[in-house]
Amino acid sequence: MGILRTFVLGGIHPTENKISSNAPIETINVPEQAIVPLGQNLGAPSTPIVNKGDMVKVGQLLAEATGFISTNIHSPVSGKVLKIDNALDGSGYKRPAIIINVEGDEWAEGIDTSTDLVNEITLDSKEIIEKIKNAGIVGMGGAAFPTYVKLMPPPGKTAEFLIINGVECEPYLTADHRLMLEKGQEIIIGTRILMKALNVDKAFIGIENNKPDAINHMRELVRSQDDIEVQTLKVQYPQGGEKQLIKASVNREVPSGKLPIEVGCVVQNVGTAFAVYEAVQKNKPLIERVVTVTGKAVKKPSNFLTRIGTPISQLIDATAGLPSNTGKIIGGGPMMGKAISSVDIPIVKGSSGVLLMKKEESSRRVESPCIRCSKCTYVCPMGLEPFLLSQAGKLGNYELAENESIMDCIECGSCQYGCPAGIPLLDYLRLGKLKVGEIMRNRGKN
Amino acid sequence: MDNIIVIAIIALGGLGLIAALILYFIANKFKVFEDPKIDEVEEALPSANCGGCGFPGCRAYAEATVKAAKDKGSLEGLNCPVGGNDVAQTVGNILGLEVEETDPMIAVIRCNGSRTNSPGKVTYEGATSCAFAHALYSGEGGCQFGCLGLADCVDSCDFDAIHMNTETGLPEVNDKCTACGACVTACPRDIIELRKKGPKDKKIFVSCVNKEKGAPAKKNCIVACIGCGKCDKVCNFDAITITSFLAYIDFTKCTLCRKCVEVCPTNSIHEINFRPRKPKPEKPKVVAPSVDTPGVKKPTNEESAKPSEQKLSKPKDVENTIAEKPVENIDKKE
Repeated sequence: MGILRTFVLGGIHPTENKISSNAPIETINVPEQAIVPLGQNLGAPSTPIVNKGDMVKVGQLLAEATGFISTNIHSPVSGKVLKIDNALDGSGYKRPAIIINVEGDEWAEGIDTSTDLVNEITLDSKEIIEKIKNAGIVGMGGAAFPTYVKLMPPPGKTAEFLIINGVECEPYLTADHRLMLEKGQEIIIGTRILMKALNVDKAFIGIENNKPDAINHMRELVRSQDDIEVQTLKVQYPQGGEKQLIKASVNREVPSGKLPIEVGCVVQNVGTAFAVYEAVQKNKPLIERVVTVTGKAVKKPSNFLTRIGTPISQLIDATAGLPSNTGKIIGGGPMMGKAISSVDIPIVKGSSGVLLMKKEESSRRVESPCIRCSKCTYVCPMGLEPFLLSQAGKLGNYELAENESIMDCIECGSCQYGCPAGIPLLDYLRLGKLKVGEIMRNRGKN
Repeated sequence: MDNIIVIAIIALGGLGLIAALILYFIANKFKVFEDPKIDEVEEALPSANCGGCGFPGCRAYAEATVKAAKDKGSLEGLNCPVGGNDVAQTVGNILGLEVEETDPMIAVIRCNGSRTNSPGKVTYEGATSCAFAHALYSGEGGCQFGCLGLADCVDSCDFDAIHMNTETGLPEVNDKCTACGACVTACPRDIIELRKKGPKDKKIFVSCVNKEKGAPAKKNCIVACIGCGKCDKVCNFDAITITSFLAYIDFTKCTLCRKCVEVCPTNSIHEINFRPRKPKPEKPKVVAPSVDTPGVKKPTNEESAKPSEQKLSKPKDVENTIAEKPVENIDKKE
């Protein structure tokens, strides 16, 4: 084996801690009460079309997309709509959500709930995109960007390659890994559907070489097929970032401030490919996803197939309870995830994991002055100067921050991870991004 | 030797003279006329360069006032909050204009979610910036409208007028406040408001900005405004409005009568710099005439003609109701 593919600029290798990688995907019970937030994706929140007291079935449309970057939301459970009210979600705020009291588990008509594999792709490109749009599918990697938007390249641009993201570079998380092992065939069919929708002839599936079983399994499945290639990538964080994966996979660089379609690439997560398969072949909208619940102190680290709207507390209970020395609960992975303030927060389309950190792991280091070691600049995968940008964000020099391309920051946290002075670089970077973004939007308005 | 010195003096002197002439004509040609009043006005200003007037610094404000005096003949809308009435008067004198007196203002913190009133449910250890924490989550106490306590307002103040109280975790404004409005823009949650200073610094305001319904608001903070509307009913001056379960007292209409403070069930309306109230036993007497005040319930001519009878009958009614209640309770228990 020669030198493995990876991206060239920056990157770190945090301890992988993939302790739940051998736990098969378990289907978790339907919750007693589902909280379905209306704003689950990037962009505008959806508009509810059900009323208080309505009876809904699994897979029934609850809320419609409003605007271009917005998605449909379907009922993950069957039962009675208790109320449409504000409920705490992953954002840390109370936002509009549909709260459903579960009664039984009755599915809407037309959904194929069997596990039989459907190989034949009968629909054409337009119909596929329409179906994906109607099923409310979003990027399952965490950012929750509506998938159909990515499948419609802007005029003048065409896609050459489809890249399926099976990297899962975040430490601890194993949801995509297990999905590839257990639903490999479905992912391949999903990939073919996406290829047909985009009208491309070549797809790559990028997997890091810390998942040899998944690489072998996927290779086996595409053995006689030339148009799908499984690529082994060197373990390097943040390889799961779109721009990093494109660099690693096809050696192209996305220009600053542009989308991957600029270099003819579309990146989709393996979870998204699976959801696409279910939506197109089985008529099943996005109502469930695989979530990793893990942590060093967790008795039974697991991967759960869970309905959207299930409270996180139920998932924690299913891993044999909350460890007594838990200091922090993180929604997502340890690098890019966000600490949550309550266990009543529901699982949404973009939740990839729940990480329970021990008290001693979770506390922040004491901040001390910068020693100018330039480690943050060295590891930045976007080639930025994190310390300069964070100081610009902290002290309000937004002009400098904008000129030094603060908006290119992908918030991967590599800079803060390695900082020997324990400076919360990413916090101030995010603050700067927030302010600069606001200034840029206002400028666009005027 | 002498010759050289003379030549040098003549040559350099001549050169200087020519340069001076060129500069003189150029200076005349490109002369920018600047009203000397601008300098005078600037001299009179506090030179804080705080931006409270809406202009980038005192010089820009001075230019604007002189321009407004020339074009419009009035200084309407141009107000230096730091200088107040004295400076406005001096500026008016310089420009030869009459200046209306404005009410002095002060910044008011409209949140009382201290550590005891809104105990922390989670611990925050990120960057010490309200703007950042605001983008991240609702706050340690769980109220998504309340003060985050990370002192963005303190950092923004140029006048040393706002400080954090370490006990409550809330900022406090002292009398150095000039109402420049820097803290109002710095607060990501719009908690700080500029209100009329009032006679002897007396003011009444709703110390809450929570727009949630009563139950969820009170769950996070015991002194939250629940939007019950009691204050609105008791106010005779139409100063209180309730929008999305939150009362707001309009300081231009408020007469500082303090009735709303008494009725507020959650103590979210604050009265500041008032004398302590009279002791409680006198309360029924205070309540009885308040019912008859015009605007709430107008007494008919007959009734108002016999005030003595009315006053006598009222306490009796009160006694009756008090007497009846225990009897009811006993019946129920049996």
